[in-house]
Amino acid sequence: MGEISNAFAIAFDLILRADAELSAIVFLSLKVSMIAVFIACILGFSLGAALTTFRFFGRRGIIILLNALMGLPPVVVGLVVYLMLTRAGPLGILGLLYTPTAMIIAQVLLITPLVAALSCQVLQELNGEYDEFFRSLNLAPGARMKALLWDGKSALVTVALAGFGRAISEVGAVMIVGGNINHVTRIMTTAIALETSKGTLALALALGIILIVISITINASVMLVRASSEARADV
Amino acid sequence: MSENERQVTSTPDTRRKQALIFENVALEVGRKTLLRDINCTIGARLRTVIIGPNGAGKSLFLRLAAGLIKSTGGTITGTIKTGGKTGHSGQSVVFQKPVMLRRSAYENIAFVLRQHPKPGDDKSTRIERALDAARLADRARTPARKLSGGEQQRLALARALVVDPSILLLDEPTASLDPSSTLIVEKMILEADKSGTKIIHVTHDIKQARRLADDIIYMHKGRLLLHKSAADFFVDPGCDEAQAYLDGRLQN
Ligand SMILES: Nc1ncnc2c1ncn2[C@@H]1O[C@H](COP(=O)(O)OP(=O)(O)OP(=O)(O)O)[C@@H](O)[C@H]1O
Ligand SMILES: [Mg+2]
Repeated sequence: MGEISNAFAIAFDLILRADAELSAIVFLSLKVSMIAVFIACILGFSLGAALTTFRFFGRRGIIILLNALMGLPPVVVGLVVYLMLTRAGPLGILGLLYTPTAMIIAQVLLITPLVAALSCQVLQELNGEYDEFFRSLNLAPGARMKALLWDGKSALVTVALAGFGRAISEVGAVMIVGGNINHVTRIMTTAIALETSKGTLALALALGIILIVISITINASVMLVRASSEARADV
Repeated sequence: MSENERQVTSTPDTRRKQALIFENVALEVGRKTLLRDINCTIGARLRTVIIGPNGAGKSLFLRLAAGLIKSTGGTITGTIKTGGKTGHSGQSVVFQKPVMLRRSAYENIAFVLRQHPKPGDDKSTRIERALDAARLADRARTPARKLSGGEQQRLALARALVVDPSILLLDEPTASLDPSSTLIVEKMILEADKSGTKIIHVTHDIKQARRLADDIIYMHKGRLLLHKSAADFFVDPGCDEAQAYLDGRLQN
């Protein structure tokens, strides 16, 4: 009992002092996940808009596949990326394994299906509402995609935040491809796993608290975005 | 029918050009026949008003005319694109339920203008004039979906007219408008007509039909029962269903 409350005390102290090691880990986590979300949004939004705008054979199949991939187990993604990047793998010569880039690749693979599937849902609903109007204007596909993305922007921001939430809290994939190397690829989730198993509860707790604060912030942002878009009658 | 058509087209030469020809047009969805035996020739320069009870098929007729849905039988020939005025932007449609983009009133009009840029005068002047005509100048920056139902309908019409279309298809554009807004809208329609735009206009407002129509199409249960000049129609529709509709006697 005393040990745990002691750990809490040290954890808060670490946070309040903005401990150097703690800050480095938090900073790397944020950097990796932000870059991953940025890339996943470019890919996912384009895919969602294209699947909404174009009718082609296999379109439904792709949408079903994306929805299935939303719940992809992170360790499997980690394994796949590992197999690609390991020295004997097809991309082995790039020497990316156990680098932040490898973690970004894994997170992109993990959340692009989520971003694509959710944005496809958002855009399809919007398209249903606009379709006859756009057809009466003889709107070109590119212009339709642009208009859908623009008018769906507030819903798409919440999709991006959902992607970020999944990326920042994920541990399985980055552990495999990042390797949790101190000062190189150690991020919040992998550090928590390691420090807990080592019994260094204070650092683990401090990171846990920060992770929860980030998650609360994301959810609060989602609600703020919703509220402001409702105020603008965007939904 | 041929007699009616002669009456309808017995107007000055400039108005005799044909805009749309429906021949034995039918529309089936699933196993339901929604429209059948639609035959009519719609003149290029007439203000054509379509009336008929709820569910008669007026909106479907308009969608067929706009090419938004395909008929399952017969043929529809459109000559408006070649016979219309020069520098036109094809057609504009104002739907029964206004479709408002999630943007300001101004941006709603700007969007349409971007798709069909007009040579000549400045874009923002053109948009401001369109808003002015619909008495929405003070609403320019308001999100379109925050406008009242009537304001949205006026914006939908302003947006349709800004590209100077050669054919304007209107589905109950004054359905939720107060009397003065109705007059504003009618004025906008008449001005478009004067500038050479072909008008096809669905309404339930008989008085409005009297004010605006050159020719009347009466629809009933998926059929086009009558097509004659407004002058003749309002003297004697010459068909029990249409007479009952005009008298406000219930039917179905
Ligand atoms: N996609 C569809 N599938 C099945 N039935 C339809 C479809 N669209 C319209 N209908 C039916 O076709 C009939 C005609 O519809 P339409 O919307 O053209 O009526 P309307 O004359 O415009 O009526 P209102 O005056 O109420 O607007 C209605 O009975 C409607 O239920
Ligand atoms: Mg209708």
